[in-house]
Amino acid sequence: MENPIQTDFIRWIVFLPLLGAIVNGLLGAKIQKSLGKGAIGVIACAPVIVAFILAVNGFLTLKGLPPEKRFLIDNLYRWIDLGSLKVDMAFLIDPLSSVMILVVTGIGGLIHIYATGYMHDDKAFWRFFAYLNLFTAAMLTLVLGDSLLLLFVGWEGVGLCSYALIGFWYHDHANARAGNKAFIVNRVGDFGFVLGMFLLFWSLDAQGHASLTFREMVKWAPSIQNMSLWGWPVVTVATMFLFVGATGKSAQIPLFVWLPDAMAGPTPVSALIHAATMVTAGVYMTARMNVFFSMAPATLHLIAWVGVATAVVAATIALTQNDIKKVLAYSTVSQLGYMFIGVGVGGYAAAVFHLMTHAFFKACLFLGSGSVIHAMHHEQDMRKMGGLKQWMPITFATFFISVLAIAGFPPFAGFFSKDEILWLAFTSDHGNKAVWFFALCGAGMTAFYMFRQLFMTFYGKCRADHHTQEHLHESPAVMTMPLVVLAIGAVFVGLIGLPGVLGGSQFAHWLEPVIAGHGESHASHALEWGLMAVSVSVASFGVFVAYLMYRKESLSPDTFVNLAGGVPYRLFNAKWYLDEIYQAVLVEGTLKLARFWSAFDAYIVDGIVNGVAAVVRFVSWLNGLFDTYIIDGLVNALANVTYWAGNRFRRLQTGNINGYLYGIIIAMAAAVYVKIRYWT
Amino acid sequence: MQNILTYMTFIPLAGAAMILMLPNNAKLVRWFSAIVTVPPLLMAVWLFNNFDRTTAKFQFVEDYHWIPAYNISYTMGVDGLSISMVLLTALLSFICIFASFGIEKAVKGYFALFLMLDAGMMGVFCALDFFLFYVFWEVMLLPMYFLIGIWGGPRREYAAIKFFLYTLFGSVLMLLAILALYFTVEPHTFDMRVMMAHASKYSTAVLPMWPFNSWGWSFQHVIWLALFIGFAIKIPAFPFHTWLPDAHVEAPTAISVILAGVLLKMGTYGILRTNFPMLPVATADMAYWFLGALGAWNIIYGALCAMAQKDLKKLVAYSSVSHMGYVMLGMASFTTQGLNGAVLQMFNHGTITGMMFLLVGVVYDRAHHRDIEGFGGLAAIMPVYTGITALAFFASMGLPGLSGFISEILVLLGTWQKYPVLTILGASGVILTAGYLLWTIQRVYLGPPNEKYLNMAEINGREIFTLVPLGIIVIIVGIYPGVVLDMLRTTLDSINAIVIPHLHG
Repeated sequence: MENPIQTDFIRWIVFLPLLGAIVNGLLGAKIQKSLGKGAIGVIACAPVIVAFILAVNGFLTLKGLPPEKRFLIDNLYRWIDLGSLKVDMAFLIDPLSSVMILVVTGIGGLIHIYATGYMHDDKAFWRFFAYLNLFTAAMLTLVLGDSLLLLFVGWEGVGLCSYALIGFWYHDHANARAGNKAFIVNRVGDFGFVLGMFLLFWSLDAQGHASLTFREMVKWAPSIQNMSLWGWPVVTVATMFLFVGATGKSAQIPLFVWLPDAMAGPTPVSALIHAATMVTAGVYMTARMNVFFSMAPATLHLIAWVGVATAVVAATIALTQNDIKKVLAYSTVSQLGYMFIGVGVGGYAAAVFHLMTHAFFKACLFLGSGSVIHAMHHEQDMRKMGGLKQWMPITFATFFISVLAIAGFPPFAGFFSKDEILWLAFTSDHGNKAVWFFALCGAGMTAFYMFRQLFMTFYGKCRADHHTQEHLHESPAVMTMPLVVLAIGAVFVGLIGLPGVLGGSQFAHWLEPVIAGHGESHASHALEWGLMAVSVSVASFGVFVAYLMYRKESLSPDTFVNLAGGVPYRLFNAKWYLDEIYQAVLVEGTLKLARFWSAFDAYIVDGIVNGVAAVVRFVSWLNGLFDTYIIDGLVNALANVTYWAGNRFRRLQTGNINGYLYGIIIAMAAAVYVKIRYWT
Repeated sequence: MQNILTYMTFIPLAGAAMILMLPNNAKLVRWFSAIVTVPPLLMAVWLFNNFDRTTAKFQFVEDYHWIPAYNISYTMGVDGLSISMVLLTALLSFICIFASFGIEKAVKGYFALFLMLDAGMMGVFCALDFFLFYVFWEVMLLPMYFLIGIWGGPRREYAAIKFFLYTLFGSVLMLLAILALYFTVEPHTFDMRVMMAHASKYSTAVLPMWPFNSWGWSFQHVIWLALFIGFAIKIPAFPFHTWLPDAHVEAPTAISVILAGVLLKMGTYGILRTNFPMLPVATADMAYWFLGALGAWNIIYGALCAMAQKDLKKLVAYSSVSHMGYVMLGMASFTTQGLNGAVLQMFNHGTITGMMFLLVGVVYDRAHHRDIEGFGGLAAIMPVYTGITALAFFASMGLPGLSGFISEILVLLGTWQKYPVLTILGASGVILTAGYLLWTIQRVYLGPPNEKYLNMAEINGREIFTLVPLGIIVIIVGIYPGVVLDMLRTTLDSINAIVIPHLHG
């Protein structure tokens, strides 16, 4: 592989938002007081916009180069240098990261602008933008980092910002708890991620090619093909570990539970972090490491099934939600599932394509819901909405377009990207019909719940109270302008990834230097047309059911609520009881364990220490008794005996001479007797 | 600079003596003590600049006869292992003087003892004569006992005696081990450099003492264990750790900082300074269970205990037990990443936990309690304080960009090559750490502001002054770990190289 071209502008794509975060974070309170919220907004938005321009510059530079030379690198310094571990602080633009930074800075920039309107009444305006800029910097580090370790820096950094922004309104404990949940669940994923990284590093090290730099790792990947650990191929174990990390960040089964709760954050955060960018990090990472994943068919198989399970489970939950943001949250989980189906069937490029189109329409949907929530005075329950299109025409129009896109109707963006994944699931070497079938069912549900949302929110009669209705209004231009731009994207970006029958995907072609062989198949054109027709029909059926239930109201939702004794509905509505199970088993289990070991520490370990002290004290007490009563007792006893004896003998001292003489005579007589009797 | 290490050690001691001669004026005593800690700090900066990072040899060596009849000498010097600890000691001593400005009771006594403690700590890290090392080790003990026992909390006497006796127990074992090593070689010597050169003699020596000889115990393993227990108490390694939470809870803020920031490091420092190079064969035999497995257990056990605590300071104390586990785990790996990560973790733990204890002190000074459940919503009342706390807590959690990340990832990466299972256990500690720290943040700082503390004063200038230098170091080491690692690498690789040939398989 060619040596990458050295540049020195890439660092600014990361540093500018970081600078914005530092300025607003340290001085924001003062700036807001003296110069007003406008200044904060400029400090926050300008760096992201400039970063976007730099990203475009990077993209155009790449485009001007022959495909095999499309690597720009900006190396700052050697970050860690220990033995075979050498990691640079270096940023890399290649075809894959160029797409990602365009999404992050482009859509991110729009969301920044939108947020200046949405957050306008918040006292902690400056703090919000400091976090948002910090997030952007971290996300850009994630996608620009040229090594797995630097990717991980961004990976954890976005997690931190996500935590801070979910709990942005920290006065409410529920928000703070949602932030904790997000961070800790992600930590579980990170745990897997680092182990995967360690395993790959040492496996390459054993082959003499130790490195965490992507180019080097990819280059030497074949060298670890035949290594094994615990009876499994090393690549399989390592990619499974890495995928655990992806399930955390990208909200897949079993770690998706944090994402719906993350909706506690302000809506622009949901759009930027929990829909368009951060949650796609897992997809990006698998695409970045695609060479290793492709070496591990067992992992790919697992990923495909986890992806399809997540897509379907999340869709079933979305069917029953009434909170406008919760529907979108579960739909995000579901769409991320589709991206992983793409990865699992070897279609990394298709996954990244869906990532990009999803970023447009889902950001648009979230911002649209934010616009609605803004107008409804922070009401999020769709049962209290309805008929809003007459007051909010722009919001409605952009929302409608995005709903069409996510439901998968041609020619909107979501159709092409989702269909590419379904197509690969059906035809590629790693795919299978069962995965395709379930994914298709999920697509039908998606169309249903998205149109349900559209009808409940924008059609029919307004169910809001009188006071709210009077104040209904379209959002200001800073909020509607980003909606329009995103909606335009939701219409057109799909065209860069056309299916084979319509000329093939330019997008996949662009990614070829990073993702070799994007899982294309050589099935017939007829099949391709046929499958497209099937998926459009399934989506249309979903829309039709939603229309009957929520627009025409000729079919009661209760029909489904009461289906099969109401069991499926209750299961879906209760989110498959996963939160309850995790709480009871994992959280309570850990706390019980903590209390057990803490008690063990206090009563057993410290008990032994104090016990030893007590034993020593007891022995010394015994010793004291011995000393007092035995040793000293003997001494005293001797004295006492002497005293007693003296006292007794004193009686003899009568002063009577006769008595003394008798005594002397008796004694002498006794002595003489003894002498005669015994010594002769 | 001639004899720079001696100056660094004895200037505080001279200062302690001079304080006793000062008039009984609290303000004067405080500022005088602060000034006394400045020259060692400046010398530390000078050492940092002039330390030769390319050699594993001892530098700035001073060698004088002391008690020639027993071949005891006054030998001081630093290498890559001790230099980071010397810098940390100088910095934390300086900072802790300022953190002690709130002390009102018997001010002269407090600061005199504090400076004496400072001298003892510096001496331990600089001494190259085992006898001198032992003297400094004991010198440090006494002021600590009084500082906890007189200026501590309600159960100070219990805590002080527990600390003193526990450490003394370890010291006795250590002394016996030192004497055994002394008498094993001819001519008898306490010079650590010479003792390291005798490593092969120690490994073949037999233990003449009954009953060990009848059990067939080898000299090196018994001596290794005796030294290890002496040091393990200081680390503190399970199950010798229970003095720590008590001492921390009762000690005044600055003393907690010193205790966690410097004293705990002496345990792992001692093992690396003596057990590793003097008894490499025994080290290779014992490392898996006594450093690796025990370290991993320390990580999880400390984290779980921390999670169950209700007292904020006790929580930080148990987090120290957990974080020192990473040091032990890294030491056991015998990889360059693991060992460098371990010593970097010693340094980082000193700065990060130092910050955490200072931060607990700030809120304790205001609320006069440390009950985690008894606060709530402090972020709204004390935003600057909360911001700094977040920095320290996230550094402790090992968040990238901050110093804790580098050392923890290096330790775990380095350990993986030798012991994947222990690495998995150790890495799971990262999840638990996030759990108890975030839960603490939520309970103390987030949620609706507690009515009782609405008027609590924001962190003041002096307190910020004690925290900012540590915060800056935490960030710098996270972004450019070379500042510390460059000093360590050569020495630690050479220490590793002594043990590695004796590893099995």
